[in-house]
Parts: sequence; C-alpha cells; structure tokens
Amino acid sequence: MSVEAKTMEERQAALKGLGSSRKRVEDARFTQGKGNYVDDIKMPDMLFGDFVRSQHAHARVLSIDTSAALALPGVVAVLTAKDLEPLGLHWMPTLAGDKQMVLADGKVLFQGQEVAFVIAEDRYIAADATDLVVVKYEELPVLVDPFKAELDDAPILREDIADATEGAHGPRRHPNHIFTWEQGEKESTEAILSSAPVVAEEMVYYHRTHPCPLETCGAVASMDKVNGKLTLWGTFQAPHVVRTVASLLSGIAEHNIRVVSPDIGGGFGNKVGVYPGYVCAIVASIVTGQPVKWVEDRMENLTSTAFARDYWMQGKIAATAEGKILGLWCHTTADHGAFDACADPTKYPAGFMNICTGSYDIPTAYLAVDGIYTNKAPGGVAYRCSFRVTEAAYFIERMIEVLAIRLNMDAAELRSINFIGKDQFPYHSALGWEYDSGDYHTAWNKALEAVDYKGLRAEQSAQVAKFKAGETRSLMGIGLCHFTEIVGAGPVKNCDILGMGMFDSCEIRIHPTGSAIARLGTISQGQGHATTFAQILATEIGIPADDITIEEGDTDTAPYGLGTYGSRSTPVAGAATAMAGRKIRAKAQMIAAYLLEVHDNDVEWEVDRFIVKGAPERFKTMKEIAFASYTQAIPGVEPGLEAVSYYDPPNMTYPFGAYICVMDIDVDTGVAGIRSFYALDDCGTRINPMIIEGQVHGGLTEALAIALGQEIAYDELGNVKTGSLMDFFIPTSWETPNYQTDFTETPSPHHPIGAKGVGESPNVGGVPAFSNAINDAFKPFGLTHTQMPHDHWRIWKTANELGLHD
Amino acid sequence: MAMLVSTTINGDATDFSCEADETLLDALRNRLSMTGVKEGCGTGDCGACSITLDGALVCSCLVLGAEAQGRSIETVEGMSDGEKLHPLQQKFLEHAALQCGICTPGFLVAAKVLLEKNPNPTESEIRYALAGNLCRCTGYDKIVRAVQDAAAQMRRA
Repeated sequence: MSVEAKTMEERQAALKGLGSSRKRVEDARFTQGKGNYVDDIKMPDMLFGDFVRSQHAHARVLSIDTSAALALPGVVAVLTAKDLEPLGLHWMPTLAGDKQMVLADGKVLFQGQEVAFVIAEDRYIAADATDLVVVKYEELPVLVDPFKAELDDAPILREDIADATEGAHGPRRHPNHIFTWEQGEKESTEAILSSAPVVAEEMVYYHRTHPCPLETCGAVASMDKVNGKLTLWGTFQAPHVVRTVASLLSGIAEHNIRVVSPDIGGGFGNKVGVYPGYVCAIVASIVTGQPVKWVEDRMENLTSTAFARDYWMQGKIAATAEGKILGLWCHTTADHGAFDACADPTKYPAGFMNICTGSYDIPTAYLAVDGIYTNKAPGGVAYRCSFRVTEAAYFIERMIEVLAIRLNMDAAELRSINFIGKDQFPYHSALGWEYDSGDYHTAWNKALEAVDYKGLRAEQSAQVAKFKAGETRSLMGIGLCHFTEIVGAGPVKNCDILGMGMFDSCEIRIHPTGSAIARLGTISQGQGHATTFAQILATEIGIPADDITIEEGDTDTAPYGLGTYGSRSTPVAGAATAMAGRKIRAKAQMIAAYLLEVHDNDVEWEVDRFIVKGAPERFKTMKEIAFASYTQAIPGVEPGLEAVSYYDPPNMTYPFGAYICVMDIDVDTGVAGIRSFYALDDCGTRINPMIIEGQVHGGLTEALAIALGQEIAYDELGNVKTGSLMDFFIPTSWETPNYQTDFTETPSPHHPIGAKGVGESPNVGGVPAFSNAINDAFKPFGLTHTQMPHDHWRIWKTANELGLHD
Repeated sequence: MAMLVSTTINGDATDFSCEADETLLDALRNRLSMTGVKEGCGTGDCGACSITLDGALVCSCLVLGAEAQGRSIETVEGMSDGEKLHPLQQKFLEHAALQCGICTPGFLVAAKVLLEKNPNPTESEIRYALAGNLCRCTGYDKIVRAVQDAAAQMRRA
C-alpha cells in the first residue's frame, strides 16, 4: 500500500531499539522542576507526622507523657505503642523473618529508634511537639561490638525472643545470636587448608555504611472512609509487596489498597524495606480520617532507615606454590543491629554472600555467616548491590591480593591463572551457583592493555625507589579488580521475599493507531526504565520506542511484580517485556497472514513488519496489523492486540568486569588522589550505551565514597557519629575523577535478549579497586591489609604505623 | 504569627504569607507550590534547594521566608522561556546529565549562576562551582560535560 522508500537499516534506526543511545524520556520534566516525588504530593486537609526518637542506644522506657504535646495548638494526636497494640501494629514483621518494633514497646534498642508519632497540622508544629513529649528512660548497658555479643557479661538485647532457641533461619546459640548460615564443604575445605603448600589468612572488614539517596524515605497515606479504600504514595522500590504487606498487617482487603510509587529520588536499596513511618502514616490516616504525610529528614534517614554492609569476614585461601587456588574458607560475623531487617530472599539470610569465590575456579570452599544483634539501627540492605554481592566481591578481591603478597606474585597474573575459563561455562561454583556465561581472560587482558599495566608497574617501582631516596613523598597505588556479580533474583523455586516468588511482569496494550503502553511490576528510581524498556519492546514488536509509553509503580494498574533492586529489572522484568512482546508478535503474525491471504507459516518478521516469504514487497507493518486487529473481524482471532507475561527466570545472570584504578597518595597528609580509573563492564547485551555509561559513572562514585570515607560510625555508647552530610562522606564534583569506560559483550544464554543488568556492577567492582589501590601503594613497605574506609586520617595512620613518617 | 512577604519570583511580583520561623524552601514549596525546589538535607549540605536571591546562589533551606522581603528570587521554574528550554536544560537532556532527577533543579540553578559570571569556564572551574551540589546518581561527569556544552552554545548565541 504505502510507498516504502526506507531501507531496512533506516527502519531499524527509526525504532530506537536495542543498542540505541536514545535520550532519556524522563528528563524533560525533571529538568524543568516538574518531577513529582512523594514530598511534592499535597492534599486537602493533609496532616503531618513526625517521630519522637530515642537518644539512647539501649534503655528501658519507663513512661511516655504526651500531655504537653497534645496541648500544643495544631497537634491532632500522638501515637505510642500502647495505641498501636490493640491493632496488633506495635510490632511488624521484617523482610528477614524477624519482627521489629513500630514504636518502642517497653524498651529502645538503638539511637534514633521510633518512640512516639506526633500528628499535627503542619510539619513545624509536629516537630515542635516531638520536643514536648516527655519520655523517661532507664539506661541499659550498650552492645556495639558484635564480637562481645556472646560474652558472659553481654546485655541481652531482644528480651522478646531471649528464650527462643530457633529463629527464622535455624538454631540460635545465644539470645544475641540470630542465625548461622553455612554453605559448601567444611571438612574438605579445612583438610585442604591444613595440607596446602601456601595458605594466606586475613580479617577483611566491610564497614557499615548507608545508601543515602538524595531523597529520603517518606509516604502519604489517605484512608477514604466512605469507600473503604486506602491509598498509599511512598518511596517504595517494591510497591506491590508493600500492598500485600499492608493488607496482611492492617486487615484491609488487598483490592482496597492502592500503593503508588511516584518519582523516586534514588533508592540504592534504602527504599526496599517497610519502615515504621509508613505504618504510622497509615494508622494516623485511619484514626484521623485525613491524609497523613511522613517524610524523614536527613539525620533520621542516616540513623534509622536501612544501613548497609557491616560484615567482618575472616578468610583463608589455599594455593599451590605456583599460585593455583585450591580452596577458600570464610567465616563472617554479620552485625545486623537491633532487628534482623535485612532485605534478602527468604532462603538466603546472608544474601548471595556465597558468590564469594568470585571470578575464580576454586574447587573447594566453605562459608559460614553468623548474624548478631547489636544496639544499632536495623537494615542490612543491598546498597546498590544484589544481596551482599558487594561484600563477597570485596572479600575475594582482597584475599587474592593478600595471597599474591604471600606468593610474592603479581596480582594480575595470579587472577589470570585462576579465572574460570571461557569453555567452563555454565560453571558450577563450589558454593552452589551456576554461572551462566563469561569470558574473563578477554576482558582482563583488554583492561591490562588499555592501562599499560606493565608500564604502570615499572613507574610504580621507580616511584618507590625515589621515595626511599627521599626524592618524593608521594606513593603510587595500582588497584586491580575482576568481579563477578550475581543479579536478577530470581527463580521462584529458590527466591522469594515474604513468600512472594521473585518473578516479574509486563503487560502490553497496542493501541489501534499503532502506538502502545506497557506496564511493569518494577519501578524506576533514576535507572531510566521509561527509556530502556521501550527500547526492548521496539526491537521485539517493531513499534518505535518513541511511540511506547512505559508505566510503573501504581498497583491498581501495573501487573504484580517484585520491584526494582538487586539489578533485577532488566534480567527479570526486561525478560518479561521481551516475552510479552513475542506474544504480541505471534498474534500479529496470524493477523498479517490473514490480511496477506497466505498461510501463517508463509510470513516472516522483518524489523517492523511481517513480509511474505520470498516476496518482501508484500508486507503488513505492525501499525497496519494493530489497526486491523481493532477494525476487522478476523476468523479465529480475538479482537485487540494485548499481551501479558509473568517471567520466572530460569537462573540468575552473572555480569562481570575488570576495573583498574591508579592513585597517588601523599604520605604526609594521607590524601589519596585518583589519577585514573578504567572500568570495563560486561553486562551481556547492551540496551542503551549512554544509560549504561551513566550508571557506571554513578556507581563508581558511590564506590569511591564507600572506599574512601563514607561510613555509619558509632561510639561505645551507641551514639551515631556520622548522622549528617557534614560527617557522612558524599563526594562532590571536585573529588570525583573522570572515568574511562569500556566493555565486552557476553550475552546471557538464558535471557530472552541476552541482557544481564549493570546498575550495581560499578559499586560492586569499584570498592575493591579503590581499596586495593590504597593497599597496593603501601605494599612495598610491608603492608598486607588495612581496613576501609580509607579516609585521609586512616591512610596517614597506616603510613605512620609503617614508619614512613620517621 | 503569619507575615506577608512581597518578592519578585522569576520576574513576577509575588506575595506570600509565611510564619516567622518558616524557611524560604518551605514557603516556596508549600505556599507557592514551587516544588521544583527540593529538600535533600535541610542543613545546607546538598544544594538540592538552590535558588538565587538577588542573583546570589543560596540554599533556600538556610534562608527564612521572611528574609525574601523585597528581594528577587529565581528558581528552576523560571529557566525556560515558555516551551523553549534554557541551553543548560537542553544540554542536561542531551548528555543524560541526570538520573533520578531530584538534584537536577539545584544543579541547573548553580550552573546558570556560574555561566552568568564566567561564560567560558574550565572543567576545574565547573567542578569547583558545582561542589555545593550533591548528586548520588551520575558521578558528575555528564553534568560537567553538559555545562561545558551549554557554555559553548551560549557563547555562540
């Protein structure tokens, strides 16, 4: 019918499908200040909630007097645990099978814990009223060191479960002990350790930090008492799960709850969990009959919602004298704070820490993780990582460096001789995973060549000689890292959160005029889903990405999904998108064949149309097919063109990368300057190179922060020492270097489009690269390992302890 | 005690009432629905609430609404000329210099102030000028490129 002058390549390009650096469709509104985040939501008669929080890390609550607060004009109500108890909401379940106080029930267990919830006409009045609530405490001994948790004189923190010898993850050996999780072969690993020619040992600490998105957590709850419906807007990385949990907790039928995640100002794992503020906002709206907003301030964010890491990883690695690794042993002491609120799939209380054999072919391994209660905030979320992958990657990439020192071997060479070979995939690791695909040697060699690794080592040696000769006070560190991630949780058979299988979903409707809307069970927090999911679909169904609307985050309209974290959106929802697209195409094929008056098998797909085999001049475009599906009676085919897919991934995906950082360290000030950072990522099929590059830049900058100073630190009384952005390090444009990005492309064999996910790789691989650079700089002076975070003071101290200031 | 404040906002004479202890950030957001101004910390550390007050770049969370009396305020909402985006907005779009978008209004305002003072900044000058604004998503590289590119375009115009 139409005049078709465009070449196949031109038609392909017009789709802006896979591989296109399509501009982000989200940005038009964000650049004009028209984003709509939860704190931007305003409703008539909206009230504001604010918490009275504990200043003590461990104390008994003797009394709470709310009378002065209630007397303040504008204060509507003050909730305490006593008010929530009749509703059964003074405690709530955590994602890790534990329970957590919503409001202090008899005692407080960490500084910043929620004690009472003030509801007032505006935010200022609510804040003033929190100061008028008088809480009497009896201070108790504080436990901040997890290694002292099981000593005879240790205070018992969780009196509610002090006598429980069985927890959500098996036996507990002490009231402050949460679980022991074991993977791999203990006996055979220990046998190898006792007989191997070389064994290197180290305690590797990955310190406590926080995801700290620039938008804090918050919610607006609105209970409509006339129709019995509750609407909850909030900073939720998993809105559907929040709806289910809200229904189970409140007893409100799930169809009467609508959860909406509006624009989210960064998540990084901080917005996966359910927080007391959400519960209190809901209760407050039910009690008052008015909408109630709760938005935490920055200090509340850093001190009470969702810390990350805090793993003490004792490692032993065995090898031959030539450097072939024989076995890996790891015992981790995991500081979980006052409640076990880790966001992990149910069967994995230490997340995917058992990916800690990394990129290496390690025949035998053993991992044990002990979860411990302390008087610190709960959390243990995956801060831009897939459930403890960051800890695992940091552990193995430090252990490799420590082993290289023990062997007196080059650490790049040691990695190379131990990599899992390209022909070993799918590879079964000693700790139970099936790696889907990889080509580590190619990536590694490309990286070493790109930075002129040999040249750098020669320069470093010369620099050390100059330092020893007193000609310079600067040292050079070369930080190597080859990481393997495990993302895309996950197969329903072994991955669930609160029992909900970790599938994801996509529903597509093609409109009569050939444009489309697709809705997914995920939710973007800056990843650019509205851009990239449309690209996947454009390639699958031949409708330009610009003509496809992507919608997420409204549980009344989007299909059920488990949300966005753990780099799961592309591996799981991206797969659902492709599969739903293929269902559309299958139906379109029947319609095209009918319209072209040939058999179904006599047409084939070509970019944006079905053509008659052998006669490409006879075709029907997807646009024509869509129109026909709504306007013609086609025998044996239902009207309309829609599809839905719920995708249960057969396996995780395993992105990997090779990072090399070069630093110059001023020995006298401890200032570490980043000279260069090379990042090669292999995330399988690349959907949008521009977005990938942005994700890598951002993740590397978060890694820089963590490695070089960002921490949630407590003093011995359990006071948080880093509760504001003055103390909690976030790099500015001034401290952040330029990054050199690169890639190889090894598709996932089981993902419909071969994509693996990339958002978290730079955080996972970046931290070891930065930390290894610091450690490497001092290696010539006898340093084996120094703990993160490597802020100026700690670097200076390392130099001092090595006698470099003498 | 509520008070009446007369200002000029993005070129328009604007009056609003606010409490004596109310920040300019809250007054803009809650009284005038100018939600392009964002709160990231409330303590002047992150720059998400950046605006200009008589041309000077300030964190609106550290200014009281009452202090705006008789002064001229500019925010991200005033940057575009109708539907025509400011070159900085356009270049942020082209370079994908944003991800979650919550720091973006502050960066745009801060970058605009920089380019008004220095139409041809070096990369170091850009990085120094934007060091009062925190971004958790982009790693700043694309922001710096976008500002360089916008500066070049504005010099040509």
